[in-house]
Amino acid sequence: MPKDHGIGASPKRREDIRFLSGTGNYTDDMNVNGQAYVHFLRSDVAHGRIKSINLDAASAMPGVVKIFTGADFEGVGGIPCGWEITDKHGNAMQEPAHPVLAQGKVRYVGDQIAAVVAETLEQARDAAEAIDVDIEELPAVVDMAGALVDGSTKVHDDLTSNLCYDWGFVEENKPAVEAAFADAAHVTTLELRNNRLIANPMEPRVAIGDFERASGNSTLFTTSQNPHVIRLLMGAFVLGIPEHKLRVVAPDVGGGFGTKIFHYAEEAFCTFAAKALNRAVKWTSTRSEAFISDAHGRDHVTTIQLALDADNNFTAVRTDTMANMGAYLSTFAPSVPTWLHGTLMAGNYKTPLVYVNVKAVFTNTVPVDAYRGAGRPEATYQLERVIDKAALELGLDPIALRRQNFITEFPYATPVAVEYDTGDYHATMDVLEKMADLSGFEARRKASEARGMLRGIGINCYIEACGIAPSNLVGQLGARAGLYESATVRVNATGGLVVMTGSHSHGQGHETAFPQVIAEMIGIDESMVEIEHGDTDKAPMGMGTYGSRSLAVGGSAMVRATEKIIAKTKKIAAHLMEAAEADIELKDGTFSVAGTDKSVAWGDVTLAAYVPHNYPLEDIEPGLEETAFYDPANFTYPSGAYACEVEVDPDTGKVTIEAFNAADDFGNVVNPMIVDGQVHGGIGQGIGQALLENAAYDENGQLLSASYMDYAMPRASDLPFYGVDHSCQTPCTHNPLGVKGCGEAGAIGSPPAVVNAVVNALRSGGHDIHHIDMPVSPSRVWQAMNG
Amino acid sequence: MSQVTMTVNGKEMSSDAEGRTLLSQFLRENLGMTGTHVGCDTSQCGACVVHVDGVAVKSCTMLAMEADGAAVSTIEGQAADDGTLNTLQQAFQDHHGLQCGFCTPGMIMSAADLLKTNPKPSEAEVRHHLEGNICRCTGYHNIVKAIMAASGQDVSSIAAE
Repeated sequence: MPKDHGIGASPKRREDIRFLSGTGNYTDDMNVNGQAYVHFLRSDVAHGRIKSINLDAASAMPGVVKIFTGADFEGVGGIPCGWEITDKHGNAMQEPAHPVLAQGKVRYVGDQIAAVVAETLEQARDAAEAIDVDIEELPAVVDMAGALVDGSTKVHDDLTSNLCYDWGFVEENKPAVEAAFADAAHVTTLELRNNRLIANPMEPRVAIGDFERASGNSTLFTTSQNPHVIRLLMGAFVLGIPEHKLRVVAPDVGGGFGTKIFHYAEEAFCTFAAKALNRAVKWTSTRSEAFISDAHGRDHVTTIQLALDADNNFTAVRTDTMANMGAYLSTFAPSVPTWLHGTLMAGNYKTPLVYVNVKAVFTNTVPVDAYRGAGRPEATYQLERVIDKAALELGLDPIALRRQNFITEFPYATPVAVEYDTGDYHATMDVLEKMADLSGFEARRKASEARGMLRGIGINCYIEACGIAPSNLVGQLGARAGLYESATVRVNATGGLVVMTGSHSHGQGHETAFPQVIAEMIGIDESMVEIEHGDTDKAPMGMGTYGSRSLAVGGSAMVRATEKIIAKTKKIAAHLMEAAEADIELKDGTFSVAGTDKSVAWGDVTLAAYVPHNYPLEDIEPGLEETAFYDPANFTYPSGAYACEVEVDPDTGKVTIEAFNAADDFGNVVNPMIVDGQVHGGIGQGIGQALLENAAYDENGQLLSASYMDYAMPRASDLPFYGVDHSCQTPCTHNPLGVKGCGEAGAIGSPPAVVNAVVNALRSGGHDIHHIDMPVSPSRVWQAMNG
Repeated sequence: MSQVTMTVNGKEMSSDAEGRTLLSQFLRENLGMTGTHVGCDTSQCGACVVHVDGVAVKSCTMLAMEADGAAVSTIEGQAADDGTLNTLQQAFQDHHGLQCGFCTPGMIMSAADLLKTNPKPSEAEVRHHLEGNICRCTGYHNIVKAIMAASGQDVSSIAAE
């Protein structure tokens, strides 16, 4: 029987009631008395020198409060970058200034030139049209290879070139890797592009800055996955507001997928302007603005090589990548193609030698940063594609080739600086082979052929490093922050709990899943536990929700705080029952003395903590509230095997997903229903990347796919029902819950399965094709078939 | 500015609006009914779907003045007065058909429109009907399942929730 409560059960989500009845509280649903509205005038050219900005006509327009330009931000800090990469020569990356409003130059279509604050949004928009900006257009740097050519136009005049960094990993391994390639029996080479994507959470970004003159306190309401991080970055680096004078609130957040991690100029502007104008200032992004102002994702151009010996063992991997940074460095941008990518290039395989080179490049495009998976999808895609290509070249079964090279003993130290604690890659592949009914595939292929369709199957594995991250390790790697999480558990006199966490749900169901953990530890009903999140005035500190870290890191902090609560309540219970503390047991919300029939209820003990008439006051304080900070000892390493089955219409090139199955190992699972939903969503985004989505720029730096009419978001009719399974569970060994994280897996694991399947289908039709770049659109497939 | 009056979820409401005010904006800004969401500005995403005189409409495609005198039904009016969710809302909760909740109002209003005209839709019919409603969180699996379940169909054979 499935459990009906606690860890492993799937209670219905409590947050759904408000979302389903229209009573959610998203940032744009909020209004502050007396607020003004801001509209940003954004650059419509990719690269240009601002010769003049004339505000005269616009300032005289009805309702205009004030128009700000870059000149108003001289002496104010720029938008900071949270991660510094050291290049292969030991030098720091090139880090350009990133002003809140453009100063001197515009560097991408969407760069904000001026901000019009007016009584109404319509008045702000109308006035923005009357601003007279004279821009001398400069050549746009769009193509990464071109950007790195000597003499190329520079995105930033004060940098030596458009190269942000040239990173080698592990640099000392390079000669051994070269030697392994020289000795290889077979080398497979694959050039590919990991297409540029736009996260597109359905809720556009919103920021409301507020200021209270009497106290001097600032408040920012914002659509953020990590309000504490925004408080730190904006307060300390941009506006110089100490944390005790700045509150950041992120209420219900309508999706994020990474792009709501980062600190954006609009947040700093609204907070700054609220103080300057002594009134609240609200900004709501339109979708059209979101396309040209939310950080984009992916955009790698890669050549990967796999070396094999005569027995088909992988002996080395070598990969060369150009990674697009866009025009400025977004918050975590430099870490994505490096530490979140290079460290995963061993994959699920015991390849002894790996060398990763990444050149990060500035271009006149929207900044690029983490999008669901962040670096790990790029690693998985190239590795799992090159393995499939090697199997083709050598006439081997792609599953057998993978199985032969699987890591089977744990812990396993990879040649790329991480240590996998647990995993069982054969087990997930075993499950997948059954789920996907591989033995029945040939019959299905024949049935498709009989209908004139080409059928293909693609499988792949993935591993990711998440539960981000050990602070001391990431500090050595260039992070300018720690990556712990905190939790405060407050137990009220009548026994109910409020848990304040720095993790923040943007759809993951934290309000339901976290109480399952806490309630099980104490043995009380989940309804006695309430989660508070998204407000820097509540949780002591927080690093937020991304990198599949909320349960593994945030949940572990809650466990540690709850352990402190339990330890204290046992002392109180021992006092009440006049027994030794060591003899006290807590089960099903009741404290008992081992070996006796003495007991006292949870609520009696919590009441005693607040009404300490009969209480060990000489030993412990009254009250019942504990805080814990949890800093993980290692990353967690979810893994799995995915299979995609497609049909290709040879007349049109259209690809239809006929089946998609995923076997994941997430370690222990708290709420299987929520985990399944996370995998579904990840797969939907992964299939979107593989088949549909592409952020396309023209040579002038104009974003061609800048609306839902041009950027192909997956619709219900593009996607199938998915088979998901997480019955393979090798618990994480270093966090108290044994959990690994599930948020990104689907987006990491699914793109190579789709492309492997399409290549397989085309080859079954006699087309000698080894690769098609994503998105595998009908036109690309048709061209591949018709040369 | 002119006064626009409409019946929203059975209650007459009015406010002054500019000619260019969209129905979505009127509901959210003028009437303070923020359950209806705006996820795009090209009438693609469907987060703003409401019913106007019984017809499903993307409220960003209609001027508030066009709805003057109309009966408008929104997500806020779907549950019973005591808060009990209707069959469709309950199916979305039961089958985890929502994550961040932002597209959900439009999904519910759009699905209600489907079930009114097609009480037992096939999987393909549900997916086709949702062409104009984008969800980024769920991969649609549990949305399609919830809608089929709300129509009284047995969804137990559909792969895991």
